[in-house]
Formats: sequence, C-alpha cells, structure tokens
Amino acid sequence: MAVSATAMNEEPRVVLSARGLSKSFGAFRAVNRVDLDIHHARVHALIGPNGAGKTTVFNLLTKFLQPTEGTITLLGTDITKTPADKVARMGLVRSFQISAVFPHLSVLDNVRIALQRPNGLSTQFWLPTSALNRLNARADELIEAVGLKRERDALAADLSYGRKRVLEIATTLALDPQVLLLDEPMAGMGQEDIGTVSSIIRDVAKTRAVLMVEHNLSVVANICHQVTVLQRGEILAEGDYATVSQDERVRLAYMGAEEA
Amino acid sequence: MTHGTSATARTERSASASKTYAAFLIIGLVLLIVAPAFFYPIFIMKLLCFALFACAFNLLLGYTGLLSFGHATFFGGAAYFTAHVVKEWGFSPELGILVGVVGAALLGLVMGYVAIRRQGIYFAMITLALSQMFFFFCLQAKFTHGEDGIQSVPRGHLFGFIDLNSSTNMYYFVLAVFLIGMVIIWRFINSPFGMILKSIRENEQRAISLGYSVARYKLGAFVMSAALAGLAGGTKALVFQFATLTDVAWQMSGEVILMTLLGGIGTLIGPIFGAGLVVTLQNYLATSQFPVTIVTGIVFMVCVLVFRRGLIGEFYASRLGRKLGFEHRR
Repeated sequence: MAVSATAMNEEPRVVLSARGLSKSFGAFRAVNRVDLDIHHARVHALIGPNGAGKTTVFNLLTKFLQPTEGTITLLGTDITKTPADKVARMGLVRSFQISAVFPHLSVLDNVRIALQRPNGLSTQFWLPTSALNRLNARADELIEAVGLKRERDALAADLSYGRKRVLEIATTLALDPQVLLLDEPMAGMGQEDIGTVSSIIRDVAKTRAVLMVEHNLSVVANICHQVTVLQRGEILAEGDYATVSQDERVRLAYMGAEEA
Repeated sequence: MTHGTSATARTERSASASKTYAAFLIIGLVLLIVAPAFFYPIFIMKLLCFALFACAFNLLLGYTGLLSFGHATFFGGAAYFTAHVVKEWGFSPELGILVGVVGAALLGLVMGYVAIRRQGIYFAMITLALSQMFFFFCLQAKFTHGEDGIQSVPRGHLFGFIDLNSSTNMYYFVLAVFLIGMVIIWRFINSPFGMILKSIRENEQRAISLGYSVARYKLGAFVMSAALAGLAGGTKALVFQFATLTDVAWQMSGEVILMTLLGGIGTLIGPIFGAGLVVTLQNYLATSQFPVTIVTGIVFMVCVLVFRRGLIGEFYASRLGRKLGFEHRR
C-alpha cells in the first residue's frame, strides 16, 4: 500500500484503455459499458465473483472476442477492429485461465517457440531445427527466472498444474510485451510458486503494465497498485486495495463472503 | 528428479531411434536401388510417384491437421502442365516437371487462400468443391484434349544427355525425384517453420496469443504440400507418357487419403507403405474378375477397426517398435 502511494504521485501514462466496452451473447449482456485504464509500471487487478465477466473482458481486450460496443486503445492506437495475432505483435500478450502450453513439446521448446517470431526464426522451412539453438541462451534465462531449470527437457504435459502455469508465464515474458494480461496466474499453485510468481510479476511491472485476474486477495493486496471490482459485467468499484476493501458494496458483493 | 530421469530416458530412446532409423534407411535405399532387377520397373515407378503423393498429402493432414479433399487437383494438374509443355513446347523433362511443380503450387495458393480459414468438414468440402471446378475446367479446356487426355508425351533427354526412354534410366530418375521430395518433406517438418506448425497443431489459441498469424502458416504448409503433390504428378506424366482426367478426378483425392490412413498419419514413411499396399492391390486385381474397389474398401474398413494408427503407426506403438526406440506421438 505504501507502494501505491509513491507510484500514484507521478501519474504514469495510460498504455491500454477501454471505453464503453460491452459484449452481448444473444440476450445476455456479459460485459456492460466498462471503462478501464491500464497504466505503465503498474499492476492492476481485476476481481469479482464468478461469472462477473472478468475473462470476457480479457478476451475483448486481447481481441479473442469482438466487442459489441465500445473502443479499445493500445499505446495510442485504436485496436477495436484489429485481429488477435496482430494485437499480440503490437505488445499486448495474454495468458489463459486454463493453462496454455504446447503439451508434447519440451519446456525448452515451449519457450523457444515464443522466442522464434520476435527473433525472425519462424518462417525458415529450409533450415534444420538446430538453427533454433541460438535462442537457447535467452530461453535458459527465462526458464531459470521462473525456476524451471530442473524441468528444462521434460515434456510440458508431464509438469504439475502449477508448474505449467509458471511455464506459461515464462513464454509470455519471452515476447517482452508492453502490456501483460494474466488470467488467474496463481490458480492451483503451491505456496512456493506463488511467492516466485509474485516477485516475477512485481519485477516485470517495473517497466511494463500488468493487468491480472486474481482470486487470492492477499496476493492482490501485496502486489497490485490498482483494483477494479467487476460484478454482473459492470464496474462496481475502483481504487487502491485499501479503498476498495473498505467499500460497503464491495464487502457485500464479494469480500463479505470471503471474510465471513 | 523424476523429470530429470524421464528426460534422459527420452533422449536415450530418441538416440536409439535415430540409429534404427539409419539402419532402416540404408536397407530401404538398397532395396530401392536393386528393385528393378526383380520387379517390373513401370510398376515401381508408379508406386514411387504415389508414395511421394501420399507423403505430400500427409504433410498437410499429419503435420498440420488439415484434411484436404482436393489434392487430385495438384497431382493431376501438374501432370497436365508437364505433359503439355514437354509435348507441345518441347521442354526438357526436368524443366517440364518444374513447370508442373510451380503450376501446382499456384493452384495450391489459390485453393488454400479460399479454404484455409475454414475448419474441419468445411475445409474438406471447400477443397472438394474447388477441385471439382478444376476437374470440369480440365474436361472443357482445349489443351487437355478432354476425354482423350494428352497422349504419347515424349520422355526426352534429362539434362540433354541422359536418355529417359531407357526404362533403367527412367527408373533411377524417378527414384532421385522421390528421394529429393522425401528430403524436402523431412527438412520441412524438422525446421523452424515446422516447429511453429507443430505448436499450432498442439494449441492453436496459444499460438495466436504468441502473435503467430496461424492462417499464413497453414497456407504455407498447404502450398508446400501442393507443390510436392505436383512433383509426384508431373513425374507420373513422364513415366506413363500421358495425362488424363483420372488424375484430377475426386476419386484420386479419396485414394490418397486412403493411402495415408492405411500407412499411418503423421509418420514420415507410413504413407509410402500405404501407397505401396493400395497400388499393389490395384495392380494384382486389375487383371482378375474381382472388383478392386470392394477389396480396397474392405482393407480400409479392417484398417480402421484394427490398425487405427495405420500400418507404420501400429508398428511404432507395438512392443517391438518401442524396443527399437520408436515413439508414436498422439
């Protein structure tokens, strides 16, 4: 909380913003007129009860879903109509709620695949795979940073659930994105991994913007500068953790249940 | 610790697999080199052309996960292009085949561009519809000579001095083409591009979120598959010295699917055996009273029921196969 006070003073720039973001599935309005500003060098948490529309907001921001209404701006560019892969190339990279790794490839290969495109090594069909060895140094750095060194040559499918999530974070970081969207990065993790990942996220956020969906409120209190509470597709409250957790409506809707 | 050991076990197994592969490769090569002494050369040449065709098709089905029902277009189309330029314009055989390959690649680019964004059955149906259009084009166009096809195509002289009218020379030329095609496929699968294809097959959503425009990579694989099918088709036109409607008909697209499934999807050499089986059956039953289609149909059904992974796929997964160090994925 001391963190947020000092960071607040300089008013960092907005890198990703949404205005009037809405999504309807038939008659059901999953997300309703959400305004969101994600700042450089800040960790922003998106919380709310199940079915509040957090993952839908993620899918909209990363363009895996097309919004029904509203606009999205990334680093000054309107991306409301931009395809998902292009958004990723512009520097907005996401992780998934259900762990997204390439199961029948090794940990090293998983990370190298993320590194291939930014290093211009993804279209060469005439080169041997050993050409990818020059990505090993950077890949090993990332693998070590998230603590997967021992599992480097294991198949991703053989990793435990928590370790798969860690691997996914390593592949996301491999792209060196400007904005990271992490969908429940700590879900199903052991205490040790939570510590590692928390410090990775805090580190990463020094030079990037992070938006994360998270249920673990002690993690939110520890590492997030800004919290947005979502309920039934609408924003219920916004502010730093201390302010939000004092809000009566939020206590009633979400935290009340947690603390009771 | 457990991860460590399983990883080393994996490396050891793949090392022993590459030794076994090398041994089988040498045996296979020797057999192919001496084969014309024991079999009718035209028959083995036909077999090699279809084997290459099936391997090209498998590049798409087995390594990209796309089921095309229009591959006859590239095989038969290339046969027409090669036959035409060699017979009417006097091109040399190697140049004629090159024209067939380029023509097939261009057809692949068009068909792939239209079909690639569709999934599953829709993809298959669009490729089928487009290949039917191409069939009717070939039926009507002047240069294909309709029902007659392009007959008596001269084989000519390879590089101007190797007489391909000698069936020994022709055989080794076809063998060389086949091996070049196989090396291209092998390299393509085991390349940086191949890694991206693998990742798309494993988890398409994740590949998109890493910034890969999945459709373009699939299109790349489609064009490569079409070009190699064209290599097989153009060569076949020179072997038989004609190009006809049979090679562009939808039955041919079906046959190549059958060959690939029989041999084993996603195995490098499986389709070779699948093609061998189908071509051999057709050859032996052609002279008998028994209808070929019934037999191939029965073989196909047995295969689907008993050898779901295909002949080679089952061998890799069997105890002997695993002992030799093969590992069948999926």
